[in-house]
Amino acid sequence: MVAPTKSNNEEAPTTLTSRLSLYERAGGVLTPLVTTLLAFLVAGLVILVSTGKNPLPVYRGILDGTGLPWLLHWLVDVRVIGGTQDLYPTEADAVAVSAISLQQTLILTGSLILTALAVAFAFRCGLFNIGGQGQYLVGVIVAVAIGSELTGVPRGVHVLLALFCAGLAAAVWAGIAGLLRATVGAHEVITTIMLNWIAYWVGSYLFSIGGPLQSDTQKSVPISNDIQDSAKLHVLWGGVQGLHAGFLIALAALVVFWLVIDRTTLGYRVRAVGANPEAARYGGINVPRSYFLAMAISGAFAGLAGAIDILGWQYRFSQLDIQGSDIGFAGIAVALLGRNKPLGILFSALLFGALLTGTSTRNLNPDIFDPELAGNLTLIIQGLVVLFVGADVLVAWLWRARRKVRA
Amino acid sequence: MTCRRTGLAGVGLAAAAVWLMLPPLGDNLRAQTGAVEVIPIVLGILAVAAGIWTLARGEVRWGWGAIVAGVLGIVVGVAAARAGVGHHEAVFVWSSLLAATLRWATPLIFAAMGGLFSERSGIVNIALEGMMLMGAFFGIWGSVEFSHWAFGLLTAMLAGGALALVHAFFSIHLRAEQIVTGTAINFLALGLTGYLYIKIYGDEGTPSELSTIPDIPLGPIGNIYFIGPIIDGLNLMIWLALATVVATWIVVYRTPLGLRIRAAGEHPHAAESVGVSVYATRYLAVTLSGVLAALGGAYLSIGFVGSFTENMTVGRGFIALAALIFGMWKPFGAMGAALLFGFSSALARALPEYSEQAALLFETLPYVLTLVAVVGLIGRSIPPAAVGRPYTKQ
Repeated sequence: MVAPTKSNNEEAPTTLTSRLSLYERAGGVLTPLVTTLLAFLVAGLVILVSTGKNPLPVYRGILDGTGLPWLLHWLVDVRVIGGTQDLYPTEADAVAVSAISLQQTLILTGSLILTALAVAFAFRCGLFNIGGQGQYLVGVIVAVAIGSELTGVPRGVHVLLALFCAGLAAAVWAGIAGLLRATVGAHEVITTIMLNWIAYWVGSYLFSIGGPLQSDTQKSVPISNDIQDSAKLHVLWGGVQGLHAGFLIALAALVVFWLVIDRTTLGYRVRAVGANPEAARYGGINVPRSYFLAMAISGAFAGLAGAIDILGWQYRFSQLDIQGSDIGFAGIAVALLGRNKPLGILFSALLFGALLTGTSTRNLNPDIFDPELAGNLTLIIQGLVVLFVGADVLVAWLWRARRKVRA
Repeated sequence: MTCRRTGLAGVGLAAAAVWLMLPPLGDNLRAQTGAVEVIPIVLGILAVAAGIWTLARGEVRWGWGAIVAGVLGIVVGVAAARAGVGHHEAVFVWSSLLAATLRWATPLIFAAMGGLFSERSGIVNIALEGMMLMGAFFGIWGSVEFSHWAFGLLTAMLAGGALALVHAFFSIHLRAEQIVTGTAINFLALGLTGYLYIKIYGDEGTPSELSTIPDIPLGPIGNIYFIGPIIDGLNLMIWLALATVVATWIVVYRTPLGLRIRAAGEHPHAAESVGVSVYATRYLAVTLSGVLAALGGAYLSIGFVGSFTENMTVGRGFIALAALIFGMWKPFGAMGAALLFGFSSALARALPEYSEQAALLFETLPYVLTLVAVVGLIGRSIPPAAVGRPYTKQ
């Protein structure tokens, strides 16, 4: 028997919630770390077997593409870390490129934090929100609509209005799933999958040629209008597509998440329902209301992610962007690896943000590894992480080891 | 019976589809909108949907009544709306549309039957999408490598089955949350097929000269009025899909294995107490689901399109899941839903005069209908009792 049994007469954890409590007790930081290492190890094997290349230089190239070496540029030459002495003649060049890469990594980290919070908040209520992608798209659509169609609004108001409406619309979108769970008991996984694809096709329709949100100037391209300057978020660091204020919004959202979950009655109710809905009901908590609110708040996080991407650096959205977007799905991996805790999510969002940026066509040196292959490798790593973390193989193992030590 | 009301509503919708098209109402609508055929089509589809729903919930007579009425409503309504179109042309349009429906529905039917085995045995399978994708890639790979489509099908089935085994191992033995595992499998399949595609076929794409699954000519049967043009020259896989539905029904309802699968999905403890191995049954059912979903994917790549592109299934696995839920986890119910969703896809592409935009909105239909089906206060879709719950041996 692989899975743990606490004692002979007690049943092994089989529900989402009992599994959750197991996560809390066993593992700590070690489990996600070991899981990540294991996933990278397997991906390294894939590189070795399929191309015959040594995986270490490939990972070094990816690390260079993430821009993370920039953080150490006061101490060491970033070319030494990235192994790019031949590529850049001076250290200043390498630092400049590294800074731009790091800005991209952090932009992505911000969006991933928010889509991960969308998964985590519902998870703490015992709900599995895999509708983050659809809620993200709803946020994108509303941000594009308000950012581009509304004119003559002062800058601060325009940005806030777009952020607020995008969050609200996504909250309503996710709230549909919450409401259905609360009233007729329809499983949120099924409803959010359906809502994802409805958002996907409605979005494709809105940006299609002749569609309601399609560009007025480029009549033959399925793309939206650019948003007004008054709706653009401040760029904090860097030039075009530099790190924007949305990153701060994401960090603030982490704090809000922690405050709401750990320091308010709403959060207490949500956690109580997540731990045991029956007990919560006996304790006088309105369980359906908690389901609805948890889903709606989750949706708001994902909608904000869509809004900061539009208002922060993309400024427009196209049909192709809808097809290529998977940040909402990546949020599931981030949340699971971060064990649905704010600090964990921060670090795992940084990991995945770095990984996605480092393997992008724009940042990975094709001489080191084909970026198209690397992009798919990222998906494989993502899948392995979810598989290992979700199966709590390591948690179970650690738990048993701990028990042995105690006994 | 409350289900009857839904069936009755379906018949009513179908009647409305025709009635709205008849003069004087039809003439006014035509003058106002121009795109007047959409009305009977949409109403008719809703009527058929109501019929399948009613049927899957046990009201056979009302269900069939609504389906037949819905189809008649579409045919007569459209005919009335475009009275000017020549009769022969109309027949041609309809038979090609129905043939297209079968083509679109086939991958959905395979995957839905796969999902049926898995979910009936108690394992949630949202990884159908990934398993289809594996089938699509390895179908091409086997067909190119061994220069015959039959080997393509074989490698597709092996690859889909292997991926399903991973899902089975994590869900059954490690008792992982099945939805998490399913999500992981979808990521893995997307990454793996994309990686192999780039690695093996690179920028040139899959070879255009490859052995594809043949179409079946029917000889003289093809001359039969109306029916002939629909069924003549259909792909082998379409017939296989229909046979799979019948086989699934027989296996699930008329064999000891089917009884074991259903018992494992409804009440595993009771099943185990009478000597059924729940683990073995679930392993078998999940593996079978991967094999069937992969067949659907292989049909897409080496039967329908003749090439592979990254993420070529674009959500078909999820439509299959939707069909399964809409059809109440029953073989013929799921097939009916798959055919309906296939029809809406075929129709969306056959209506160029309503522009691509209408086609895009049409794509949401399966998902909206499924939402309604899960929510419906009358005759709601209720999954097998033990689905999603890991089983612990006593």
